[in-house]
Amino acid sequence: MIVAEQKPLAEIIEMVSPYGKLLILGCGTCVKTCFAGGEEEVAILASLLRLAFKKKGIDIEISELTIERQCENEFIQEASLAVSRNDAVLSLACGAGVQDVARRFTGKPVLPGLNTTFVGVMESRGLFTEECLCCGDCRLGLTGGVCVLARCAKKLSNGPCGGSRNGKCEVNPDSDCAWQLVIDRMKNLGTLDKLREYTPPRDWRSSNSGGPRKILREDMVI
Amino acid sequence: MIPQGVSKLEKKLESGRFAVTAELGPPRGADKDAIITRASLLKGCVDAVNVTDNQTAIVRMSSIAACVHILKTGLEPVMQMTTRDRNRIALQSDLLGAYSLGIRNILCLSGDHQVFGSQPDALGVFDIDSIQFVRSVRDMKETGRDMSGYELAIAPDMFVGAAANPFADPFEYRIIRLAKKIEAGARFIQTQCIFNTERFREWMRLAREEGLTEKVFILGGITPLKSAGMARYMAAKVAGMDIPEHIIRRMEGVPRVKAADEGMKIALETINELLECPGISGIHIMAIENEQAVGRLVEAAGLMPDARAGQEGN
Repeated sequence: MIVAEQKPLAEIIEMVSPYGKLLILGCGTCVKTCFAGGEEEVAILASLLRLAFKKKGIDIEISELTIERQCENEFIQEASLAVSRNDAVLSLACGAGVQDVARRFTGKPVLPGLNTTFVGVMESRGLFTEECLCCGDCRLGLTGGVCVLARCAKKLSNGPCGGSRNGKCEVNPDSDCAWQLVIDRMKNLGTLDKLREYTPPRDWRSSNSGGPRKILREDMVI
Repeated sequence: MIPQGVSKLEKKLESGRFAVTAELGPPRGADKDAIITRASLLKGCVDAVNVTDNQTAIVRMSSIAACVHILKTGLEPVMQMTTRDRNRIALQSDLLGAYSLGIRNILCLSGDHQVFGSQPDALGVFDIDSIQFVRSVRDMKETGRDMSGYELAIAPDMFVGAAANPFADPFEYRIIRLAKKIEAGARFIQTQCIFNTERFREWMRLAREEGLTEKVFILGGITPLKSAGMARYMAAKVAGMDIPEHIIRRMEGVPRVKAADEGMKIALETINELLECPGISGIHIMAIENEQAVGRLVEAAGLMPDARAGQEGN
């Protein structure tokens, strides 16, 4: 899923303060799962903002709405009426959702309430970890199902650097060394010898380095 | 037979004589005299001076420029180059430039991660890794073409080296990685500072077993400790460093004024072990900001006249 976290309240307050009527728009898919932008987070943030502005003696009207997904027009349309009644939208979606909502409501300021952080998993309740950089050229088959691009701090393709210690990464001792995970797993699978093979440089054109990417599924176009 | 080689260092190693190199970090400023003064302390006692490339991710004078200043003093530089700060376009371009300026030795590294430096907010490039970089330098020399396949009017012919850390984990993979670096084209290997000699001996045994010492010149890393504090700091804070407890206790066991002497003694003992170790071709001294110590250490190890003779011979 796409993992995000809410921006600091002070930053949000500053962003929304020019507007008298604000819609906080939640997103019910990825960011709901990572406790950043679902109905509950919308309600809590709305209360916090109302309180903060009341303390400052500023009048602000805040409405709340959460739609299934902010990255699909079909769902975004459900917010049309609420959007039209407000001066601005504070979107609690990922960066894609914020932009898609902005695209549909050209005359309305759409502000980001979250920092979109990574594509990852919920390793355990409340703990999210980055797993994928969306490089567009998946090589997980070569490294025992562990992504060294997303999980090695130096993006090394040919084995661990000299900073791997006791299974941890020198850059952040709270993080596992991705290559240690690769080696452990390939040892278990009996394929450690595969790691003797040279991995050539990547073609970064498949990644965002080649400019924004597009996928056109002709078979799905109506 | 006259040893073949593109640099004095390569010739020396090819001749089978024990080589001595020393590290020199360029200044945090544009002061060329600083580097010339410090390099002159190494003159006559080393075969080559290894010039770091923004080590520990702190901005310093570029490795290429510092190498040129060193060349002018008559010393031979080994240019370090990291993949942390340059994509493949910049790496190849700098390689062409360095060769055109007379630099003949290169040490290809991934580099210390930028979060350890003075500008942790910088973007790390890491377009290619150190092994891919070694291979591209080798391929450029062998094919006369750059990474795109474009034929170069003059292709750099460099003596290519890489680093190895025998003390990092996972230990069983360290030899595979060394083999990959050699396979990619590394002709010499510089190791991390050796304090844990037991582990180093085991790594060397595995390297010999794999036949790797037949294919590459290994230079053992030596750092004379200056104080117990330095030993403790390096053990705790420097990435990839392995300083056993008994070495720290030894440094703590002598009066503060005698600590540097004790550090030199430990370094000498390690050098003597390396001289006896089959498959070791030389040493690389990393006397951090302490170039004066290099001459004393090389002299005490009895390596001075040989190094001098080597330079006169060329």
